[in-house]
Amino acid sequence: MVTTAVPSAPAAKANRIGLEIVQYKGNKSTLCAGCGHNAISERIIEACFEMGVEPHRVAKFSGIGCSSKSPAYFLNSAYGVNAVHGRMPSVATGALLANHHLIALGVSGDGDTASIGIGQFVHLMRRNLPLLYIIEDNGVYGLTKGQFSATADVGSKLKTGVVNDLPPIDTCALAIQLGATYVARSFSGDKKQLLALLKGALAHHGTSMLDVISPCVTFNDHEGSTKSYSYVKDHDEPIAEVSFVPFFEDISVEYDPGTTTDITLHDGSHVLLRKLATGYDPTNKGEALRALTEAHDKGEIVTGLFYVDTERPSFIDLLNVVDEPLATLPESKVRPPKDVLDQVMQSLM
Amino acid sequence: MATTHVEPKEAASPAGQARSVNDLSIQVATVNGSGSQTANLVLLRAIFQMGIPVSAKNLFPSNIAGLPTWFTIRASKHGYVARRKDSEYLVAMNPETAEEDVLGLKPGAACVYDERLNLKRLRDDVIFYPVPFDQLVTPVCPDARLRKLVRNMIYDGVLAKLLGIDMEEIHTALQKQFRKKAKAAELNWNAARVGYEFAERNLVKADPYFLERMNATQGKILIEGNAAAALGSMFAGVTVVTWYPITPSSSLCETLIDYMKRYRLDKETGKATFAIVQAEDELAALGMALGAGWAGARSMTSTSGPGISLMAEFVGFGYYVEVPAVIFDVQRVGPSTGLPTRTAQGDILSTAFLSHGDTKHPMLLPCSVSECFTMAIEAFDLAEELQTPIFVMCDLDLGMNTWMSDPFPYPTKPMARGKVLSAEEVRRMGGFERYKDVDGDGVGYRTLPGTPDRLCGWFARGSGHNEKAIYSERPEVYVNNVDRLAHKFETARLKVPGPVITESERHEVGIIAYGTSHWAVEESLDQLRREHDIDASHCRLRAFPFHRQVHDFLQRHQRVYVVDQNRDAQMLGLLRLECDADEIRKLRSVRHYDGLPIDARTITDQIATQEAAN
Repeated sequence: MVTTAVPSAPAAKANRIGLEIVQYKGNKSTLCAGCGHNAISERIIEACFEMGVEPHRVAKFSGIGCSSKSPAYFLNSAYGVNAVHGRMPSVATGALLANHHLIALGVSGDGDTASIGIGQFVHLMRRNLPLLYIIEDNGVYGLTKGQFSATADVGSKLKTGVVNDLPPIDTCALAIQLGATYVARSFSGDKKQLLALLKGALAHHGTSMLDVISPCVTFNDHEGSTKSYSYVKDHDEPIAEVSFVPFFEDISVEYDPGTTTDITLHDGSHVLLRKLATGYDPTNKGEALRALTEAHDKGEIVTGLFYVDTERPSFIDLLNVVDEPLATLPESKVRPPKDVLDQVMQSLM
Repeated sequence: MATTHVEPKEAASPAGQARSVNDLSIQVATVNGSGSQTANLVLLRAIFQMGIPVSAKNLFPSNIAGLPTWFTIRASKHGYVARRKDSEYLVAMNPETAEEDVLGLKPGAACVYDERLNLKRLRDDVIFYPVPFDQLVTPVCPDARLRKLVRNMIYDGVLAKLLGIDMEEIHTALQKQFRKKAKAAELNWNAARVGYEFAERNLVKADPYFLERMNATQGKILIEGNAAAALGSMFAGVTVVTWYPITPSSSLCETLIDYMKRYRLDKETGKATFAIVQAEDELAALGMALGAGWAGARSMTSTSGPGISLMAEFVGFGYYVEVPAVIFDVQRVGPSTGLPTRTAQGDILSTAFLSHGDTKHPMLLPCSVSECFTMAIEAFDLAEELQTPIFVMCDLDLGMNTWMSDPFPYPTKPMARGKVLSAEEVRRMGGFERYKDVDGDGVGYRTLPGTPDRLCGWFARGSGHNEKAIYSERPEVYVNNVDRLAHKFETARLKVPGPVITESERHEVGIIAYGTSHWAVEESLDQLRREHDIDASHCRLRAFPFHRQVHDFLQRHQRVYVVDQNRDAQMLGLLRLECDADEIRKLRSVRHYDGLPIDARTITDQIATQEAAN
């Protein structure tokens, strides 16, 4: 596929399609300084740059909220839709139906996903649409100035002193149960892990769901909040160390044999998981759900790649559509000839 | 509003009634889920095949099995196809409603009934034809489980004998109905024959109603509006269909699925040139349609009132972001769940301005199955040309009932895909501004995601945006943008189908109607002329926003009656918003909103009463 003008003599820092990282940047962020969301935007820029993603093939989607503003802050030359609150999944679904060659990247928040958007989230996961869905999860409504969302932990406290007494929705457990095929949790401050997870997600064909704990510096980064920088740093338990090797690089593993799990993704890339204290099998749904439950009971925030399924067909595969984007099929392919109408009319006489 | 009426000039007693040919309504009262639909459609088709103009109204409950259903077939040598309030023939099969059905008959009517119901005792001014259905069905249908389904076919045979329907036509219609299921066709045919033979031996014709061959249906088709809209969508080149089941719109997408699977698989690969998705709700259905429209597909959804309410937010998004999509609203009776299986034109006003803020949407108003087809095609062209959601406002009467029509015309114009820029064009221009009114028609240029140039990308947002689609809260930017959208609506006014006007020379009384009211209005115009010496003009609206001709029509007439199938005179309300004071004072209202399709008598009576008081 032809892409944007490739410089005749690529600069040293150009990626495999000849673009520099600056060409993956977006507008200046209007979010608060220190907001976890900005760090996530940076990692998205790096991941796309390093993977050599063609920006014009990227379709960014978001709902409403602080998180949902962030697609304006990366990949400026891509396409995007800032949709309505909680209902970005349907817009993304429609766009992919129209053109399944798009690389769909959805950014949502915990309110946009787990409260108002839980219905569309559930059905998106269930369909296994080829889309990377990121929740920038701070447990709080930022744009309306600090109300609890449905991912806030029991007992966590707002700046105003209000204590949450309802259990949180674990979006990762939900996504695994519902049929998403690449499910992970990370922390906006963990550059290395988040970048590897994002790159793996971009190489995956199916729904990738990344819940990224992203502290809200204005409304939820204080003692008593379980989504603050200090709390997450203290309680973050990686389930396995994640490395990513894109398809265009050779694997040169330095790990001792037997200590890593190698998952080959659809485009030939590899996700390498180095086992930590306990061995962990990311292809086992039951184990993934148990790990999440146990960590929750212990008050830990477990991070990493919980679950991968590279076999399940995506929603687009199931629809068995022609290879060309439906959106731009010529009239000769989409308007049946006159004899078809005549035939139908005859049958109704 | 008149609640009763007297049908003029029809004999009051069975004896000595004048012979009446090809002008009757047959009402079949059954229990839903009893397989009566086959018998009714075969009857309809047989009369149609005899060359007699027919129409059918299926009055069914919101239920799967066990509640009363009435199916009315009207045969009219004059070609009238609107519902009539009363019937000449009743087929009483439902014990629950039989008494009420008989008591509701006009004197001189005939009643074919299940002998067990013992209805004869109820009246002596109705002609009764008792039929022992159970006795008759047993020998022709040894399988007891099938008897319930076959039993109804017997009344087709009885009616054929009594009214003079050619049994060969019943046979042909049955074969058409069952196509490849020869065994079922055979079983039903035997039942019809048994009915015919029973009537021949045991019933003495005592009513004056007859059906005789004529030649008014040659080359015509029978189809429901939803199927017609589905066909129109397929020939419009729809590629993405996202929907959520709701009566009375479900059959639109279901029929479309059947047609697309037959006619829209790629010849070389066998793969689909379309994607059809049943969404989780109406919000998602429209969200998907808009996502697809944004990405350049011809996309659609179909729904009814409750779905329209749910779609409100997304419709505003589509309007403001300027995304094409086609929304079929097969209207039913509201508010709330309302009467889900009854018809109304109840969403006119709410749909015209659906969503918060300043929004307004083009609506197409088909009156016929043929317009369901042609307007579906027009709607997809308009959606892409105007870059906005387009509503096609059908109703249950049109969507779910079977109508006679000329065959649909194959589209003569190529698909109008609107202002879409290629990478090359954008490069040549050195960039583009998504919401800039370059051509002065309020419609900007867009690029589709995937267009391979870094100058082509843009970010669609439902929040305030400037001409470059960049977030802006500046007052003058907001005003410019919404004023351009208002200007775009004026472009829509010129592009949507204009009214169809038939003009009386008197220029005194006018009727403005739309949608399915058309058929009752046409009949009412004759009644008004014949019975009240009122020669009225008729302006049939085909779209909102209204063309200039609608205002001219108002200017030319003294009093103009707006026919609405809703309580609050919604179209009249819409006209009031768009008309000058001198036009507004001419407007009068005719309303019908009991859930049944409007009939001519209702219109005639309401206009005559108001004219008399004038």
